[in-house]
Amino acid sequence: MASLRDIKNSINSTKKMSQITKAMEMTSAAKWNRAVVNAKAFVPYMEKIQEVTASIAIGSSDTSHPMLTHRPVKKTGYIVMTSDSGLAGAFNSNVIRRVFQTIQSRHQSNDEFAIIAIGRVARDFFAKRGMNVVLEITGIPAQPNFADIQDVTRNTVGMFADGTFDELYVYYSHYLSAISQEVTEKKLLPLSDLSTSHKLISYEFEPSAEEILKVLLPQYAESLIYGALLDSKASEHAARMTAMRNATDNAKEMIKNYSLIYNRARQAAITQEIAEIVGGAAALE
Amino acid sequence: MKTIKVSVVTPDGPVYDSDVEMVSTKAQSGELGILPGHIPMVAPLEIGAVRLKKEGKTEFVAVSGGFLEVRPDQVTILAQSAETASHIDVERAQRAKERAEQRLHDHKLDHIDFRRAELAMQRAINRLAVSERKF
Repeated sequence: MASLRDIKNSINSTKKMSQITKAMEMTSAAKWNRAVVNAKAFVPYMEKIQEVTASIAIGSSDTSHPMLTHRPVKKTGYIVMTSDSGLAGAFNSNVIRRVFQTIQSRHQSNDEFAIIAIGRVARDFFAKRGMNVVLEITGIPAQPNFADIQDVTRNTVGMFADGTFDELYVYYSHYLSAISQEVTEKKLLPLSDLSTSHKLISYEFEPSAEEILKVLLPQYAESLIYGALLDSKASEHAARMTAMRNATDNAKEMIKNYSLIYNRARQAAITQEIAEIVGGAAALE
Repeated sequence: MKTIKVSVVTPDGPVYDSDVEMVSTKAQSGELGILPGHIPMVAPLEIGAVRLKKEGKTEFVAVSGGFLEVRPDQVTILAQSAETASHIDVERAQRAKERAEQRLHDHKLDHIDFRRAELAMQRAINRLAVSERKF
């Protein structure tokens, strides 16, 4: 049996750990709240740009644009969204596992795909395995602005335009609720399911539909990426919050068990002492 | 006086929402003025100011990378970034302008970087102009 002091040490260190996890849970909760607000703030922009894009792309069927046409796929691009730091439960590993399995089942060699890694975890994982990471970004703040990732979105969309890859998927953790997130695969480019629930309006174009698509479609694709990132951030903070709450609960459970063992050991020591005294006294008689 | 609903939205959230009498701005094809009852239209915007006339006063919003969408009852401006005059961080714009100036003086810049610096410069100047309401 462990000595009393050992048990006491375990109790203390577990207590300290639970304080840390508790603090992390609370900071994640605050970040999660703001991330959800940010994701909500983005909705009007997304809806609007989707509506306009759909109206133009569907409404004027004589327009064509490289981003709307399917071309033979020689290379596929994958955007992988993870966090920079761990301690978020299965948040990162779920996304990475899904991408890793998809790539292994779809592609034979490194030349058939390109990875755009967002977040340190994804970057490290794929770079370590020598997989083709063409673009990476780490150190995205907890509450990203559009400006923070504009370079990445612009470069990614640019790579599709210049033929670095012929289709583009994004993998991220879709936020369902505080306790459930779901790894989602979304095909970004070429833009396919452009539909809108709103009534289509036939617009006048100034100067022309082609000119407008040239500006609008990249912007639309970029906002899809940004939307996925906001979604992923909300998931990340929710996942971390849940993970840390579980850790705190487990620590409490452990402290309870240790205290029980500690009290038992203390009682055993006292009983033994009394037995020794009684035994000593009996020997004197 | 007839009015039209105007909203300016960016990826970071709505920036402006109100009923105004007239919207005027600079589109890529030239100056553009929208009154209530305009036909549906879409036009890409230049980096510049959107002027919103309301009850005899004019309000300014600085936009960059934007679009104007007109519907009979509503005007929507979709921009990658936009700020109303009172929300502009003047110091930041000033710093951005200086940074862009420095980069433009650097002759080793390749074509793309040069264009980028130029755009950054335009955005900074636009923000400063809007914050001082100089038009």
